[in-house]
Amino acid sequence: MRAAFPLALAALLALLAGPAAPAERIVAGLSQTRVSITANFDGSEILVFGAARREAPPPEGPPLEVIVTVTGPAAPVNVRKKSRVFGIWINTESVEIDAAPRFYAIAATAPLFDILSHTEDLRYRISIPMGIRSVGAPPEVADAVQFSEALIRLRRASGHYRVEAGVVALAEETLFQTSFELPANLTEGLYTIRIFLTRGRQVVDHHTTILDVRKVGLERFVYTLAHERPLAYGLLALALAVFAGWAASAVFRFIRA
Amino acid sequence: MQLYLPIAEVSVNIFLLLGIGGLVGLLSGLFGVGGGFLITPLLFLIGIPPPVAVATGANQVVASSISGVLAHVRRRTVDFVMGSVLLAGGLAGSAAGVWAFNRLQDIGQIDLVVQLSYVVFLGVIGLLMFQESLRAMLRARRAPGRTERRQHLWVHRLPFKAKFRTSGLYISVIPPLLVGASVGVLAAIMGVGGGFIMVPAMIYLLGMPTKVVVGTSLFQIVFVTGFTTVMHAVTNYSVDILLALILILGGVVGAQIGTRIGARLRAEQLRILLAIVVLSVCGKLLLDLVIEPDELYSIGYRSSRG
Repeated sequence: MRAAFPLALAALLALLAGPAAPAERIVAGLSQTRVSITANFDGSEILVFGAARREAPPPEGPPLEVIVTVTGPAAPVNVRKKSRVFGIWINTESVEIDAAPRFYAIAATAPLFDILSHTEDLRYRISIPMGIRSVGAPPEVADAVQFSEALIRLRRASGHYRVEAGVVALAEETLFQTSFELPANLTEGLYTIRIFLTRGRQVVDHHTTILDVRKVGLERFVYTLAHERPLAYGLLALALAVFAGWAASAVFRFIRA
Repeated sequence: MQLYLPIAEVSVNIFLLLGIGGLVGLLSGLFGVGGGFLITPLLFLIGIPPPVAVATGANQVVASSISGVLAHVRRRTVDFVMGSVLLAGGLAGSAAGVWAFNRLQDIGQIDLVVQLSYVVFLGVIGLLMFQESLRAMLRARRAPGRTERRQHLWVHRLPFKAKFRTSGLYISVIPPLLVGASVGVLAAIMGVGGGFIMVPAMIYLLGMPTKVVVGTSLFQIVFVTGFTTVMHAVTNYSVDILLALILILGGVVGAQIGTRIGARLRAEQLRILLAIVVLSVCGKLLLDLVIEPDELYSIGYRSSRG
């Protein structure tokens, strides 16, 4: 039911498409442009929908394909590798990766490289390894590539990086829609949503929108206080603990008396 | 019911947290320990980032120790002079510990140091306790009477002597300062109160009478863990108030239940039970260090002010 309205809207937009557009263009929308992280936040679903707008009938040849990506805010990370020293496993090597998104999901109508050439991937930076920027590994680390592979493996295991083929529904080579599950342990920031139309593994058109993920209410208040007034926050934490300890002993003494 | 923790940035089940708080409170009521040494590793296990677990653990220890201190103050079993000397050492140790914590986090060895410290301390304390309570149980079966004589310890020959009236001691301030400082370092790095180190040190090293030991150590612990909480909040932004409140809530209830159960058990049995708990936590941590992990790589985060 949820999908019916946006699909109808998209169909309408497609019908109203102006005659001037030279090729296939994307018209798209999101089910919401904000995600609020509240105290009982346990994940969210974002619906991405749209249509390929064109003035002529679809061209002959390879069919239309759609790729949708969601990219979370990027941050530098240290990837560390353990090895055995004196019988125990400790971190011995580390590679700093300059920027890796905290969340990255790819949804497509078919397996990614069936519908996208490697050259186009390089140009538009679509696949997961393209989303990770690693400038220089320290010279003493021989296999730096393994560290970014490990990062991708770890984040795929935790559900923060995902690639799913066949989850974008495409109707009549025009209307498309897909949905993304955002995990419960989401970090806040601006999430970029990109949509690509491809034909014969070449990108025909692409479109970018922003999803704003913010802590709100109590979560916002606590986080802001902790980062902007750390001393006041620390003292508040202390005062709460002292009060709780005192209150507990007072209450239970009262009960016993 | 899931709860999103604003500082830890993970969503966890609120009943799981209440359960952990309750379990640790139960143990602390049962055995008279702070429980910090259990709460921090348990938080690691459920996926709370280590910096947040350590800083929030320290905050929880403040709450669980304060009611104990109040009880001891009423009974006049706190040596405030000795407590202040221990505290002076403790604050210096805690500042050094927070600094070391941040450096270790930057070079990626904090997990190792925290785990190794736990293995070493829990192992030593657990074994000592196990041996001591076994001996006490055997002794209880044989003749009860035994004489105790105050020994003249090496610590009595050091300079800067001071009078500690409540403890009935006239000793140098250097050993209590050092004891306080090492406990402060532990509080900062391991997120524990350190009572399990301080109590034996006060009895065997400083020669304090047993009746003032627990109250005085709790007095020092409240201030050192309080200071540690604020230090972590200021340098690391890693204290999660929401997490702390839920743990405290569970802990308070658990502690009361623990005290009731504890009153029905014999002291030596309690100590053996505690020794077994301590040794099993230690064993688990040791296995994690020794067994080859499935995944050799891990993602590390830098401290906020690297």
